[in-house]
Amino acid sequence: MHPTKYHKPSSVSDAVAALAGADDGKLLAGGQTLLPTMKQHLAAPSDLVDVRSIDGMSEITVGNGTVTVGAATTHAEVAASAEVRQHIPGLASLAGGIGDPAVRHMGTIGGSLANNDPAADYPAAVLGLGASVITSKREIAADDFFDGMFTTALEDDEIITAVRFPVPEASAYAKFDNPASRYAMAGVFVSRGASGVRVAVTGAGDDGVMRHDGLEAALSSSFTADACDGVEVSADGLLSDIHASAAYRANLVKQMAKTAVAAAG
Amino acid sequence: MSDGIGARVQRVEDKRFLTGKGKYTDDIRMENQAYAAFVRSPHGSARVRGIDASAAMAMEGVVGVLTGPEMKEDGIGDIITGWSITSKDGSPMQCGVWNPMVTELARYVGDAVAIVVADTQDLARIAAEAVVVDYEILPAAVNLVDALKDGAHQVHGNVPGNLIFDWEVGDEAAADEGLAKATHVTELDIVNNRLSPNAIEPRSAVAIFNEAEDHYTLYSTSQNPHVARLVLSAFYNVAPEHKLRVIAPDVGGGFGSKIYIYPEEIACLWASMKLNRSVKWTAMRTESFMTDAHARDHVTKARMGFDADGKITGFKIDTIANIGAYVSLFATATPTYLYGTLATGTYAIPGVYCNVKAVHTNTAPVDAYRGAGRPEATYLIERMIEVSARQLGMDPAELRRKNFIREFPYQTPVLLQYDSGDFDACLTKAQALADVAGFPARKAEAAARGKLRGLGYSTFIEACGLAPSAAAGSLGSAVGLWESAEVRVNPVGTIEILTGCHSHGQGHATTFCQLAAEKFGVPIENVKLVHGDTDTSQFGMGTYGSRSGPVGMSAVLKALEKVEAKVKKIVAHQLEASEEDIVIENGEASVAGTDKKMAWHEIGLAAYIAHNLPEGMEPGLKETSFFDPVNFSFPSGCFICEVEVDPDTGKTDIIQFVSADDFGVIINPMIVEGQVHGGVTQGIGQALTERVVYDESGQLVTGSYMDYTMPRADDVPSYKVTHSSTPSPTNPLGVKGCGEAGAIGSPPAVINAITDAIGTDDLQMPATPEAVWTALQAAKMPMAAE
Repeated sequence: MHPTKYHKPSSVSDAVAALAGADDGKLLAGGQTLLPTMKQHLAAPSDLVDVRSIDGMSEITVGNGTVTVGAATTHAEVAASAEVRQHIPGLASLAGGIGDPAVRHMGTIGGSLANNDPAADYPAAVLGLGASVITSKREIAADDFFDGMFTTALEDDEIITAVRFPVPEASAYAKFDNPASRYAMAGVFVSRGASGVRVAVTGAGDDGVMRHDGLEAALSSSFTADACDGVEVSADGLLSDIHASAAYRANLVKQMAKTAVAAAG
Repeated sequence: MSDGIGARVQRVEDKRFLTGKGKYTDDIRMENQAYAAFVRSPHGSARVRGIDASAAMAMEGVVGVLTGPEMKEDGIGDIITGWSITSKDGSPMQCGVWNPMVTELARYVGDAVAIVVADTQDLARIAAEAVVVDYEILPAAVNLVDALKDGAHQVHGNVPGNLIFDWEVGDEAAADEGLAKATHVTELDIVNNRLSPNAIEPRSAVAIFNEAEDHYTLYSTSQNPHVARLVLSAFYNVAPEHKLRVIAPDVGGGFGSKIYIYPEEIACLWASMKLNRSVKWTAMRTESFMTDAHARDHVTKARMGFDADGKITGFKIDTIANIGAYVSLFATATPTYLYGTLATGTYAIPGVYCNVKAVHTNTAPVDAYRGAGRPEATYLIERMIEVSARQLGMDPAELRRKNFIREFPYQTPVLLQYDSGDFDACLTKAQALADVAGFPARKAEAAARGKLRGLGYSTFIEACGLAPSAAAGSLGSAVGLWESAEVRVNPVGTIEILTGCHSHGQGHATTFCQLAAEKFGVPIENVKLVHGDTDTSQFGMGTYGSRSGPVGMSAVLKALEKVEAKVKKIVAHQLEASEEDIVIENGEASVAGTDKKMAWHEIGLAAYIAHNLPEGMEPGLKETSFFDPVNFSFPSGCFICEVEVDPDTGKTDIIQFVSADDFGVIINPMIVEGQVHGGVTQGIGQALTERVVYDESGQLVTGSYMDYTMPRADDVPSYKVTHSSTPSPTNPLGVKGCGEAGAIGSPPAVINAITDAIGTDDLQMPATPEAVWTALQAAKMPMAAE
């Protein structure tokens, strides 16, 4: 690892200031992507600004038909949260299936969203539930947040502080693991709620997480696994790599949608 | 005695390993230690036009940057291969030259271009990145089939057409005749997927040059430290043998990949002398993927003929084997004498012929990995027989029974003489344990849930216990493959067993000591194994090819027998009795029919005090033995795999995996079961998940665990392991070796089960969910109109 300077601010403003003062600073949360990348010399930030000690960054609150999860909340905390399990069980089960136990006890929701790995799980939940990403500057709707692989609407000096999820009537997530990395090779989050049916797909698209119009239309008519059968999931725009062809991923999207809908009930 | 042969003695090494107290090469810390990092070719095929190390050398703490041409200038030798193969036209094999570091052409991704030595590991790696290499990117030959075609890039100028050898074994005319008269011929194209060995401990070296004593020490992740010393001295000119000590401390898995003496060990030793610093290098995992010798990588066309009665009449095999960019130590033996010689499997086949073309490509060297050649042979034969049964409409177990070899010794048409076995007994035992009779009901129950169940067999045999030296020599081996042992009874009666074998997961510290417990009835805690250091134990050939049991333990047994004979003489003399009347048991020697006896520590003391020894007897109690087997040993067995496939996703779940092995005499059933578990898991890895992928330019695509899929605990079932033993007549213990059987026998059992489930044989390894789903889709497609 190249030498780097570590900061541990206790407020958002201090974090923003530390970032602004660095040549090539990076925010550090759970570090589950950033630190391995640094160990491999694929990243060499001059400064690391650790956001985990910022007040309120790790809280889960419920109210007004929403569940709000602090950006530095770990996957394990979300998975184990009684509030999340009660109100959005699909979100709790998604968090409980990310990576492995070590990753879940270090990795955070804010870190995952800011990184926007095209095969990460959380982007599917945020998009599939129509959540809002709350930052040091503003509130960004999920539909506006994800901007393709590893790219988001976040500005360089903007810090995610929390994510606000509307409580759906039903939701679930199903994924088919990449056999090697166990990231999603195709992950589908479905929800049915006040704003209708949403279907978000991760791991399969060649430009990151995406909604699937065909599945949303079919499930809006009938929120049943069988309704997915008639949907043509096109391989166009899907990833093709050594693990799975676009055609296979298209099949997985449909199969995972069916599994998710069945689980959502 | 409870600690003797056949006892489930707890592994004495486990306390240290399970509490994190093992001492591995990377745990060695020297006072003036510096760290090495290698500048490696990022290209599969390139000419190095220049190396500019000035920026790296300017960094504070960088000790030196050394390159291939300087190494050559210093007289460091090229890397050798240990087995010469003669082509079928009588010509010798053609091998490219392997400079430990590139002198002109980089021939695979990871080829070492320079060694950078610095005060810290981070700095060495950072400095290595600052070395600027001017590469001229060249065309590459990557695919093993294409590498043989006209116009393919020539990996080495002295190897025309990239063809290293064109070898054959068996009788082609007899095979042709058998196929010609067959009423059914099965044809199959088989790809044996390329693997990476993935020992949990990456390769590591600590090279220590002592200028004052003009002496070198190498700590190394080696399966055979004595062979490493020999080769480093005799061929790489690092130092004469008596001025080089090689220590292989605890080693975290080898599977063959740590047999070889790699460029890094040579470079670290040389750099240690050049820079007068101790030099440590430990591979990062991506370096392991790039540079640990890969495995398998065969493409084969095969034809097997049957008569109307289901008897095999002929078997013809045409294989291309990828050797990679350079010919590694056992690389040429693996696809020939460890492959073609097993082409008859467990079956009596009148005509067998195997042709193997070995090719250079711009990929990492390929060499022996758990099973080495025998998994490739077994996969081929056991897929052929299963597919044939389906095509003939016969039960696959019955077709096997009809063709089993049943009398021993059995001279095969492909050089080997099988010494023993009872293949039917293993099959029958496995069938009972797998409840094959209940399979149709289980299949129907799965079908009701929308799942596809399948059952697959593998009835395999392997040649282990490498190897009778004279036979190996006649087949081209540069070395003899005997093993050595020394048994020291100390003055206080405790026992040290010194072996030339090396334990890196096999549990030798337990099993070797069980032999002494068996022989003398001493408690196992009074016995210790000494190995892995050329200064402490005598020369030996190391551990690979399931040889430590049949060869290494046999040497120990012979040394124990010599000790026993001397003990009887001493005790008879001291107790004034006849040697023939001395009985050794329970840690003491007594005179039969009397109450006269000597405890084991009294015997040791008597031998060393030497006040009262038989006339002419030398003092002390220490004996040496070298054991050279008269034949290979031939473990065999039957594996049965039952799978369930989800047709919607192609995902395979292994429902049960049964093994019934014939390992001959078993020293420690618990350790043997562990070896089976590990081997089968690696075989399941080959069958379901593992594959090394290079792109067309020779870029390694599977350079990390993000892309290379190792089997994990939840990919495999809880194994059912049983045994059906016929003792080996070719060694005094009757053992056959158990280290490789699991990896050798399991891949075809898995693929036979999956293809049974999905109803098509058009499937290659690894049977990833995508591959299985794709095969299912293809099988579902309506046949084109005639």
